[in-house]
Amino acid sequence: MTTAIDYDPSIIGGIHSIYTGGMVDGPGIRTVLFLAGCSLRCLYCHNPDTWFRMRGNKKAVAEILDEVQKYSSYYKFSGGGITVSGGEPTDQPTFLKELLKACRANNIHSVLDTSGFSSPDIAEDILPYVDLLLLDFKAYDPDLYKKITSSTIERPLQTLRMARNLNVLTWIRYVLVPNLTDDLAQIREMSAFLKKYNNIEKVSVLPFHKHGEHKWDDTYTLKDTEPPSTELLLEVIDIFNN
Amino acid sequence: MTAWEGFVKGAWNEKVNLRDFIQRNITPYTGNENFLVGATERTTALWKIVCELVDIENEKGILDVETKIPSGIASHGPGYINKDLEQIVGLQTDKPLKRGIMPKGGIRVIQNALKSYGYELDPMVTEIFTKHRKAHNDGVFDAYTDEMRAARKSGIITGLPDAYGRGRIIGDYRRAALYGTAFLIKDKEEQLREINMPWLEEKDIGLREEISEQIRALKQLGKMAESYGFDISKPAENTREAIQWTYFAFLAAAKQQDGAATSLGRIASFIDIYAERDLNSGKATEEEIQELMDHFCMKLRMIRFLRTPEYNALFSGDPTWVTESIGGMCEDGRTLVTKNSYRMIHTLTTLGPAPEPNLTILWSNNLPKNFKLYCAKMSIQTSSLQYENDDLMRGYWGDDYAIACCVSAMRIGKQMQFFGARANLAKALTYAINGGKDEKSGVQVAPEFAPVTSEYLDFDEVYRKLNQVLEWLAQLYISTLNIIHYMHDKYNYESLQMALHDKEILRTHACGIAGLSVVVDSLSAIKYAKVKAVRNEDGLITDYEIEGEYPAFGNNDKRVDQIANNLVKLFMEKLKKQRAYRRAVPTLSILTITSNVVYGKATGSTPDGRKAGEPFAPGANPMHGREHKGAIASMSSVASLPYEYSLDGISYTFSVIPRALGHFAEERVANLANLLDGFFHTNGHHININVFDKETLYDAMENPHKYPQLTIRVSGYAVNFAKLTREQQLEVIHRTFHESI
Repeated sequence: MTTAIDYDPSIIGGIHSIYTGGMVDGPGIRTVLFLAGCSLRCLYCHNPDTWFRMRGNKKAVAEILDEVQKYSSYYKFSGGGITVSGGEPTDQPTFLKELLKACRANNIHSVLDTSGFSSPDIAEDILPYVDLLLLDFKAYDPDLYKKITSSTIERPLQTLRMARNLNVLTWIRYVLVPNLTDDLAQIREMSAFLKKYNNIEKVSVLPFHKHGEHKWDDTYTLKDTEPPSTELLLEVIDIFNN
Repeated sequence: MTAWEGFVKGAWNEKVNLRDFIQRNITPYTGNENFLVGATERTTALWKIVCELVDIENEKGILDVETKIPSGIASHGPGYINKDLEQIVGLQTDKPLKRGIMPKGGIRVIQNALKSYGYELDPMVTEIFTKHRKAHNDGVFDAYTDEMRAARKSGIITGLPDAYGRGRIIGDYRRAALYGTAFLIKDKEEQLREINMPWLEEKDIGLREEISEQIRALKQLGKMAESYGFDISKPAENTREAIQWTYFAFLAAAKQQDGAATSLGRIASFIDIYAERDLNSGKATEEEIQELMDHFCMKLRMIRFLRTPEYNALFSGDPTWVTESIGGMCEDGRTLVTKNSYRMIHTLTTLGPAPEPNLTILWSNNLPKNFKLYCAKMSIQTSSLQYENDDLMRGYWGDDYAIACCVSAMRIGKQMQFFGARANLAKALTYAINGGKDEKSGVQVAPEFAPVTSEYLDFDEVYRKLNQVLEWLAQLYISTLNIIHYMHDKYNYESLQMALHDKEILRTHACGIAGLSVVVDSLSAIKYAKVKAVRNEDGLITDYEIEGEYPAFGNNDKRVDQIANNLVKLFMEKLKKQRAYRRAVPTLSILTITSNVVYGKATGSTPDGRKAGEPFAPGANPMHGREHKGAIASMSSVASLPYEYSLDGISYTFSVIPRALGHFAEERVANLANLLDGFFHTNGHHININVFDKETLYDAMENPHKYPQLTIRVSGYAVNFAKLTREQQLEVIHRTFHESI
């Protein structure tokens, strides 16, 4: 049974950019919406240009929906849809929720790409309208998490629990950075921990890359870090596969 | 007769009717590529010889050239690469890669081309074609008006086939295999007898002469085959003969004409009918059939024509457009994909990637899924395939059409086109602004009218003036083409290719435009931003300053995409009003080949912010660097262009880096196939797919020897990257490569 979903098309959000033809952020061919603003400051962020809320363009839910719907043929063939990313999309909870509701009302598959760093009440409010959660799991060790993000690991763990309780399909993303997140013992622990979550469908290991480096200023600390070797990458993938 | 044994009978038994034969006998294949086999030792050995010859050719420009005997169907040969290894035989001259001369197109063209490679034309040939026999090029220039010469010189109309063969005619080469030449000659003789009215009008006299020429050409074709030891007066008996007969017919066309595009047609699934019969009766193995296809494609890769340096600048990389159309659907819903469609594409694996034959996938949303995935996989591996919308074209051209050159669909054996190169719309715009004067030379090329005199450009005023210039341009353009094609028929008639057509055919007048996105963005800038005119000391507007921002084509923004749509319709409507030679139906293409670089060079600054001399985007592509919303938005703008008003094709070149297609190989293949489904479902017409990292191309520029077979799709064809000029290589690299964010 489907119930009509009401949403407010007039809610305004701060948009960094919209990018069509995304094929690496969720299943199929997706329109990726980058919301402006993120309170985390991850060392390896590849979109530091989306950190600041003030730099976004103001757009209403209805405008975004119109734009996203233009590409429905592509979604149909590929099993794609919208991916809401950022920035940190949950930093704009009201807009995000209305947009997700609008997508569901119009049968557009939605992916939320988040660090999981929202307050529990916000997560609980939003997650029911998410078709697939892409949870960026930066690290399992609390100290390392803090080092990378300057924040605590509690919130993402809460979000993950909440997703399990609400039965939201989840993909975990883990960025593999040499000399930072490549401790195999920690990765093994993390893998064992994630197994307890039956809502997790897959874990993607994303090798650190340098394509976002040009968007940084001189506060970038990973200038000398190279992408991980194929051997290391395969080893880590293997850990998660077991 | 054993040739037709086992085939389902039908109308094709009585009269030439290839479609009927295919429809009744085809075995659609929906399985995957696992049945394919690798190259035989013979194939590998033979291909190695060819590659060595090509290496020498690349160094010298051309390997060898004839200087004495003008090329004709039976002028040269037999010629072999290695008689013991070759399973399919026939060369254009007596030696592999040796180029022929075709002076009927114009003796000066031959002289210049030979001279540029350090050869001298035999004095006797010069004498014959200066004193005794007139050529196409001479005829055209006898008839050109001053206005036509001026337009040609300024570059508002360029690339015209007045100094080279018009090409883009596809003989139905399959007819030679299915029927043999005796049947075809008899058919043509009957056609000739039919044209016998109490009084013959000029067109009837002309047609009688043409059909007599066609009969002569078919006899020559038989003679040429005989020199290789084959009697092709009878139909082909098996797969080997079917390929050999078809190739002989194609070869005869390539020996008679050096048309810019010498396209093949839709051969693979036709051959499959013979292959299935031989496989089922145990007369051939998969290895043998793949070997025949490999040797056939090797021959197609070796087609060469002698070109002038000017020609090479327009169409770089020595293209021949041996376009083969693969796949598509029947009108009754069955697929035309066969095992042999796979084998044809598989030559990219057995022989490695190559620009020729120009493999063109006729894509339908209903193609078998396995085939879609196989094509996507091969695109990712080789960047050698182009795709065109079968669901769109079938409605216009039925299910036995093929692509000539890059994007021009035509019913095989029932339709031809008078190729018309293209008009430079960006120049038309600068003429509109400057009262008909050329923005570079200041010469009054178009009729004089009031130029823009204000400081800032006004959209309504510019559009009104553009409309006026296009009115003039359409008329001049068609008149110019009328002269060219009248003279081509008169002095350089394609008797062999036309012998493989019906008597009554549809002719189109294939016009084209270059610089669409430049003009569209210019109009958008004038409308949505402020564009200030910068004048030189003579008052000519030669540059522009843009204040503010404007929506650019390629972002799926209706405000500007609508301008593009309107402009295409506007020009097409003007072309339709003209009277074309032989009642040809005017059509339009949005296609530039590689000439977007040359056109850009010849065009001054434009109001979109493009500076004088900078390249246009290729074909219907958005200008690079102005697509801000990613791949699908760009594709959607192009797909919004109306095919109905651009029936000669809308070319789009798409480049993407591998990792933007997905994380893993399988994901990338599926995503690319889905991307194609989406594009064609939204009425996109044509797309070239390149899957590369820019770093690979930079490396190939510096170390060409490391990438001898690196192939890249440009506008409507593919080239060996190493064969492009440095300027063109850079232009390719600077184009938008869609990445992931």
